[in-house]
Order: sequence, then structure tokens, then C-alpha cells
Amino acid sequence: MADHGHEHLSETELRVRALESLLVEKGLVDPATLDALIQTYETRIGPRNGARVVARAWLEPDYRDWLLSDASAAIADMGYAGRQGESMYVVENTPVVHNLVVCTLCSCYPWPVLGLPPVWYKSAPYRSRAVIDPRGVLREFGTAVGDEVEVRVWDSTAELRHLVLPERPGGTAGMDLESLAGLVTRNAMIGVEKVAGPREGGRGA
Amino acid sequence: MTRREAGWPDLLALPVDTDGPVFSAPWQAQAFAMAVELHASGRFTWPEWAAALAAEIGAAGPSDYWHHWLAALEKLVAAKGLASAEELANRHEAWERAAEATPHGRPIELAPFL
Repeated sequence: MADHGHEHLSETELRVRALESLLVEKGLVDPATLDALIQTYETRIGPRNGARVVARAWLEPDYRDWLLSDASAAIADMGYAGRQGESMYVVENTPVVHNLVVCTLCSCYPWPVLGLPPVWYKSAPYRSRAVIDPRGVLREFGTAVGDEVEVRVWDSTAELRHLVLPERPGGTAGMDLESLAGLVTRNAMIGVEKVAGPREGGRGA
Repeated sequence: MTRREAGWPDLLALPVDTDGPVFSAPWQAQAFAMAVELHASGRFTWPEWAAALAAEIGAAGPSDYWHHWLAALEKLVAAKGLASAEELANRHEAWERAAEATPHGRPIELAPFL
């Protein structure tokens, strides 16, 4: 079901928020400690199906074309459906275009595809700075984008969630889908990082 | 640190792989973290937690594991006098009203609805 212009929390999300806000307010749990613990597991939350979508697009040109023209259908073909039928839109990084996705809230964030949103992603400074000074934000992530490269910033909405198709790194010829998917980070699919090749300390190395 | 050795294998089919627990949604990790932190700060013992969880899972079996986890946590927190069922219900309703009133794309602010 599509969003109706206000935020929607599921019954379960409401229960979790109720419990957490009460425990924090009473000083029974420290929100920073909770965040730290959750971050320990952040790569283990959500299916991170997006990495496999990216790897398949690198391997199959026809799939890449389909993904760029009708991302929702192409992603559904991998067996991954959005929670509320929201549309996905995939933007491709190339040697001349670098895409960066921003959004203020996890309710806009396609976690079934990307896994858990990073804490900083929801912060107001990240969002406003990404719009005003995207190159500065990228620099902070150690991502060098040349002056000749156009940086495009995308704001996900309730109806449309963005996913960046990163550039395939060098040194990956002959790798299969699972090995390639192992290189693709969440940050690369948001567009704050590039995918490192296996010799540059990529995740799957 | 006790939380790292808190005995996942005892917890009745906790979804794990070789590296630890796995979650299919962010709320599950939040519920997990709250239980681990309340135990770490001595609000309840691990056997108490295991018993509460077992009572939830009970005859239903371990499918829907994290929903049982959340229900067990709500009940144990109430039983220990940390937050009553009524407080939880009121807070639940406040979050619902806050979400309803928040235009899409804005952070949900609870304070005006308490």
C-alpha cells in the first residue's frame, strides 16, 4: 500500500519505539549503547539483496538495461519485493556521473534491498550537507570524485526509493555473482563510496 | 564482557549463523539490543530472560521468533516494574499519533504527543 503523505509505522515498529523511548527516558538503557550494539550487527540486518542485484547487472548487460529502465520489475525478478509495493529507481554510476542518495528517515529507506540504514544517514546534517555540498560529503567518506565528474543527488520519497548501481571495480574479471556481491557495500549502493576491487580490500577479498 | 557470551545457543532457536544472530528487519535488532542491555545492566538475569522467552514461544513454536522476543521483553519489563503495560500502551498510542501527524520525510517527533 502506498504512503498517504504521512509517516507510517507498523504495529510492531510502534511497540518497539514505545518500549525503547520509555526505557531511555527512565535511564534504564543508554541510547548510545543501544546504537553501538546494533551497529555491531548492522551488516547482518536485512537481506542486503541489493548487492546481488548489482552483481547480476555487472554480469548480464540485458539485466542491467532492464534494471535501469524498470528497476521494480528487475529487482522483483530476483525474488525481492518491497514492503509496501514502493517503486525502486536505479541510477548508474559511470566515469562521468556519480550518484548520491539522501533521505531523512528509515521509512523511506529500502532496507529489504540495502539492509540496515546507517545511523548517520538519518541525521539532518548528512541530508542537508549532501544536497548543499555533495563533494564535501563524499570527501569525508574518502571518496574522490574528479571535477570532470557530475555529482547527482537523489532524494528518496515514500513512493520512490533509489539504489545506486556502482561501477564494477577492476580486477574482478571471471568472478561469479556471489563473489562480486561480496564486494558490494551498502555505502556503495547509497553512493557515498565506490566499490573496492578484491585487491583493494573489498569486503569479499 | 558478559553480553558477548550471553548464551545464544540456549535461546530456543535464536536465528543465528556462525557469526551470531541474524535479523530480517531493523526493529528485530532494536528489540535484541534492548534485552541484551537490560541484562548487561542487571535488570534481569539470563535465566529469567530465557524463561520469559520460552513462555512466549511455548506451544506456538519458534516461527516468528522476534515477535515472541518482543512480547517476552514487554512482559518481563512489566513484571520487573521497569515499565508497566499501561505505560507501554500510552506510549504506543503517542507514537501512532505522532507518526500520523508527521508529513512524509520529516523526523517523527514524539514530544508534542505525550
